[in-house]
Amino acid sequence: MPVTGVRLSAVSKRFGEAQVIDNLSLEVEPGEFMVFLGPSGCGKSTLLRMVAGLETIDQGEIHVAGKRIDHLPPGERNVAMVFQQYALYPHMTVRENLSFGLRNARVPADEIALRIDAAARRLEITGLLERRPGQLSGGQRQRAAIARAIVKKPALFLFDEPLSNLDAALRARTRIELAQLHQQLKATMIFVTHDQVEAMTLADRIVVLNDRRIEQIGTPMEIYRRPATLFVASFVGTPRINLVPVQVEESGGKALARLPGGATIRTDIAFSTLPGEPAMTLGLRPESVRIADAAAGDARGTARVVERLGDRTLVHVALADDTLLTAEDRGDSSVQTGQAVGLLVDGRAGHLFAADGMAYHGGVQ
Amino acid sequence: MTTRSSALRGSGTWNRWSGALFVAPYVAIFVLMLVIPLCIGIRLSMTRSDLFGIKEFVGLENFSRLFGDPVFLQAVWNTFYFVLLTVPVLTVTGLALALVLNHQSRWAAVLRAMFFASTVLSVAVVTLIWRLVLIPEGGLVAVLARVVGKAPVAFLGEQALAMPSIAVTTIWWGIGLPMVLFLAALQQVPRDLYEAAALDNASRARMLMSITLPSIRRTVVLVVIVEIILQFQLFGQAQLMTGGGPNNSTRPMVLFIYETGWKQWQLGYAAAAAQVLFAMIAIAAMAQYYFSSRKNAP
Repeated sequence: MPVTGVRLSAVSKRFGEAQVIDNLSLEVEPGEFMVFLGPSGCGKSTLLRMVAGLETIDQGEIHVAGKRIDHLPPGERNVAMVFQQYALYPHMTVRENLSFGLRNARVPADEIALRIDAAARRLEITGLLERRPGQLSGGQRQRAAIARAIVKKPALFLFDEPLSNLDAALRARTRIELAQLHQQLKATMIFVTHDQVEAMTLADRIVVLNDRRIEQIGTPMEIYRRPATLFVASFVGTPRINLVPVQVEESGGKALARLPGGATIRTDIAFSTLPGEPAMTLGLRPESVRIADAAAGDARGTARVVERLGDRTLVHVALADDTLLTAEDRGDSSVQTGQAVGLLVDGRAGHLFAADGMAYHGGVQ
Repeated sequence: MTTRSSALRGSGTWNRWSGALFVAPYVAIFVLMLVIPLCIGIRLSMTRSDLFGIKEFVGLENFSRLFGDPVFLQAVWNTFYFVLLTVPVLTVTGLALALVLNHQSRWAAVLRAMFFASTVLSVAVVTLIWRLVLIPEGGLVAVLARVVGKAPVAFLGEQALAMPSIAVTTIWWGIGLPMVLFLAALQQVPRDLYEAAALDNASRARMLMSITLPSIRRTVVLVVIVEIILQFQLFGQAQLMTGGGPNNSTRPMVLFIYETGWKQWQLGYAAAAAQVLFAMIAIAAMAQYYFSSRKNAP
């Protein structure tokens, strides 16, 4: 399988009056699993379809494997796509579905047979080759759709939310299989999803898109640990990050965040890097807020809701001024609803967000 | 009480009767307007009768007479010939129009409306228009023929041209129905199939043959059979444009039945001819039922 990359340069797209993609540039490394993550309507599917050639582009260039492809018809771009609804041809058997593209490309019949055989074995659908899509379960259709992409040996795989039609158990399994498939094929893949768990688990790098723009590009842990913007911080991570309006002061060169109730959190963020406005938003992942005795801790509050997840417990704590914080406790936590608790905050893991949404982090800048 | 009513429901007795109540109005009308007339017609077809009533019971004599009657046999042939002239053209043209007009644009919408518009006209208007087009004295075709220096042709007066002329009229009149049926079918074909095919490097012809036609094949069968049933009943156009002439070449079965019954007052004989037509249409209708209720892949 040839190892290739993708380059989008200053790509724009309008639908009538609506600008859907605005001057966007992006590079996907050869062999990389890149995930486009964003809420509905952020333009991530449109971007994928522009690479596939199913949407035209108004400006910019798209290169795959060093070759400009944005003026080519979809069939000549050497890309394969797995659709959300699979888009298997309903009146053809799985074998015919797999061979359709190869026959159009005039691949010799014995070569087609070999490739189908290999792909079917890889995806464990050998026994289903003579069936029609209507006779397959959702998971089997999904495999057939992936096999149809694999047999083409494309320079680039495109996945348009392919897991969204599967039930939760199957989705988790298919996710792992996709990760394995990528390791085996070492092919360049672009995967579109609005599910941050899929993005975190599958991606080498994630492109977080919002409102037609790229918010951040980074590895899953970079995205999680050092979100570039308030949007990224709140979109990625379950449970959601705590966002609290704070007043920022200087203390020993670092930023000190004062909560609405008066409690202060010492962050690791150099005060000199901040824009200078005192009113900011403090972002704290629930795992950096721990439950302590009512008397101890950096802040005090009342447990409003206790969610027991087994391995850990999420406690939604209302501070004195009714600000809600999600804190984490051990799986066997004894906290009860209505109980007064103290909160131990790991301020070094905190992020500060300016009014424009830009993020400031501690540690190495 | 709950047990009792659920037991009743379980037995199905109540369900059966309440269900029957819902369909009763339709069944009553169906029996009154269709079943009873059909039975009367069958009975009539085995008699010699005129406007004053049944003269005698003659068994199957009317039918044996029919199959020796050159005018009737000519009418049967004419009907088949007409079906053969119209149904393939209606199907193929309807599909072609639907394929061309199956997109969202102002022109497509205007053209869809225009091609469908003729369907709402009455047979009298349609035949009047086409007579004006076809008559050799000052008709549209005659005028155009003169412009290019050709002698005008009497389309409706020539044996070889009369039936094709009626067929053209009928196609112009009826093209709207197959077109909208095909349009509806085309809009049911998922878009992503075409996108997948585009990524599979399929040409437009390949998409038509491998995606579109297989996806709408049930509608193709439906259109063919519906049109066969419709065109078997050719009457108004032939009556108004040629009156069955020249030399019986455009007399279809329905016109034969009408003239035998209401001009020659041979009601039994006409009823027998009607039974033959009924049998032919019933076969086509059963074929349609068979194809449309057959369960195989989508």
